[in-house]
Amino acid sequence: MPSVSEWYRADRMPHIFCTGCGNGTVLNCTLQAASDMGWEIDDTVFVSGIGCSSRASGYTAADSLHTTHGRALAFATGVKMAHPEFNVVVFTGDGDLSAIGGNHFIHACRRNIDMTVICMNNMIYGMTGGQGSPCTPRGAFSTTTPYGAQEPTFDLAELAVAAGANYVSRWTTYHVKQLTDSIKTGMETPGLSFIETMSQCPTSYGRKNKLRQPLDMIEYLRDHSILISKKRRLEAEGKVIPDTTFAVGEFVRRSRPVMGLKR
Amino acid sequence: MLQITEGSHAVAEAVKLCRPQVVSAYPITPQTHIVERLAEMVADGDLNGEYICVESEFSALSSCVGASAAGSRVYSATTSQGLAFMAEVVFNAAGMRLPIVMTIANRALGAPLNIWNDQQDSIFLRDSGWMQIYGEDAQEAMDLHFIAYKLAERHDVLLPCFVCLDGFIVSHTFEPVDIPSQKEIDEFLPAFNPLHRLDAKNPMSFGMYATPDCYQEFRYEINAAMIRAKAAYREIAAEFKAKFGRDYTGLVEGYRLEDAETAIVAMGSICGTAKDAIDEMRDAGEKVGLLKIRSFRPFPSEEVRTALKGVKNIAVIEKNISIGSRMLGAVGLEVKDAVYKDSPNIFSYVGGLGGRDIRKRDIKQIVQWAKEGRNDCFFGLREELLK
Repeated sequence: MPSVSEWYRADRMPHIFCTGCGNGTVLNCTLQAASDMGWEIDDTVFVSGIGCSSRASGYTAADSLHTTHGRALAFATGVKMAHPEFNVVVFTGDGDLSAIGGNHFIHACRRNIDMTVICMNNMIYGMTGGQGSPCTPRGAFSTTTPYGAQEPTFDLAELAVAAGANYVSRWTTYHVKQLTDSIKTGMETPGLSFIETMSQCPTSYGRKNKLRQPLDMIEYLRDHSILISKKRRLEAEGKVIPDTTFAVGEFVRRSRPVMGLKR
Repeated sequence: MLQITEGSHAVAEAVKLCRPQVVSAYPITPQTHIVERLAEMVADGDLNGEYICVESEFSALSSCVGASAAGSRVYSATTSQGLAFMAEVVFNAAGMRLPIVMTIANRALGAPLNIWNDQQDSIFLRDSGWMQIYGEDAQEAMDLHFIAYKLAERHDVLLPCFVCLDGFIVSHTFEPVDIPSQKEIDEFLPAFNPLHRLDAKNPMSFGMYATPDCYQEFRYEINAAMIRAKAAYREIAAEFKAKFGRDYTGLVEGYRLEDAETAIVAMGSICGTAKDAIDEMRDAGEKVGLLKIRSFRPFPSEEVRTALKGVKNIAVIEKNISIGSRMLGAVGLEVKDAVYKDSPNIFSYVGGLGGRDIRKRDIKQIVQWAKEGRNDCFFGLREELLK
């Protein structure tokens, strides 16, 4: 059973992630979960689209498919349907998944294909230098929203729940333990597991939003997250939840019919 | 007055001066600096239009089609994978005869993923019905936008237009650029006067179902308009020259071709390097010149033939590969067709793909190969990487 370090492709280091980027944390949690699952490297395929998040697949020792912008889930669907015995993990980002790839996202959830989808949501297009994405919070600055984003954002976890994924959770790069456990639970759950990770991008997002230091951004993510159980309780009590917060935790775990199960 | 500015920002300035009412774009390297600057101009109120942060290139061009059909002057910019993703709408925009201008910051197409320059992206859409004009430097890239809008919107043309500039090489470098005033551009480029537009008082349908009894005629008309665009381009560029003094009147442009025995044919920024290499070769007594192709669509066959009359050897530098074709590159095929009656030696030399640098010594080598009659091939190929 390979250890976490064996899941890495040492010859591809150093990685291209900026100093302070959260993507390494998410990658590490994912590979820890894969290791905890007892998966074999040769039975696992990592699929990714385009963007900073999508570079992660190239740093794993397993087979990987680095595809076109937004289409990782469609490519991964092909892999899984051809080889249901493979463990398929998709790395994606908020821009890749919810903007240009939004259609594939909802349909992969609807079909409930047995794979694990890890979204590194840094609220920005990081790779191209910080343009606003569908997850850039209202009022946040980016190069294409110089006076603050005005459009409403997507709640990716709720979208996955609505579209039919069997397992949906959201954590942040602050919640390393919970994130690792959640990814493992997702891997164990048959059907599409969607794990959204709020991740810091000090370079493209933080610098424009007074969160220049990586720690500032991690603290921001910690301070603005609220446990979903607590959120639901407060809502039931009629309390007002500030719209600057986001829920973390397990959104759904269910057993809708699944495509691509191991035979 | 000359200002030192980045190629992308020169393009953004040009677009602003053209007063588009809708700008719709999706970020992709190396196009981003153009659209970021435009987003800023709209946000600051310097450009009185709408900037749409769409969710994909497909939506970018689709919303441009909608806005253009509604009677607005529109703009987008993209490159490479983004353009490939748009391809369906690219054909639709031309078929609906919508005079959209779109900048292409030329970049290689995957796989493998590559963000650097070649010209495969625009060239693969050569049959789409869009005009394609290529700027060599920031000034030309900027000026071609003014010409492009005027050309695209002419009622005897009504075709969309790519204005292409080499990604990074032109888009991300700083050069002195003469930026016209708004008054000058307003005089040169009047407001968009659509021949057809969505109008409740005069209902109009775009892109409807065309059955076999009429579809072919639509395609005929697009091609006829493309042919008319040659003369229209010359007229507009002459008007531009009279007003601004910069000469883009040729769909092709010769450099030291007068008594040349060997000619290089190229598009885009590599023409600058080629001119330097030619100067050095001329100093060494070699009779060599350059033919720069400014317009790849419409392709100026007659001009190419006239310009290359008397040339014995032609070396086409291809920043593209037309895989499986008779010649290696798409430009070479067109040039060969243009000059076939004069029977010079003509070769496609493919290189600079995916951003590999083309140096003066590469160009000198190509000239040597053409003189020796070396057949179509890649240059700068790293044999050690081939299995």
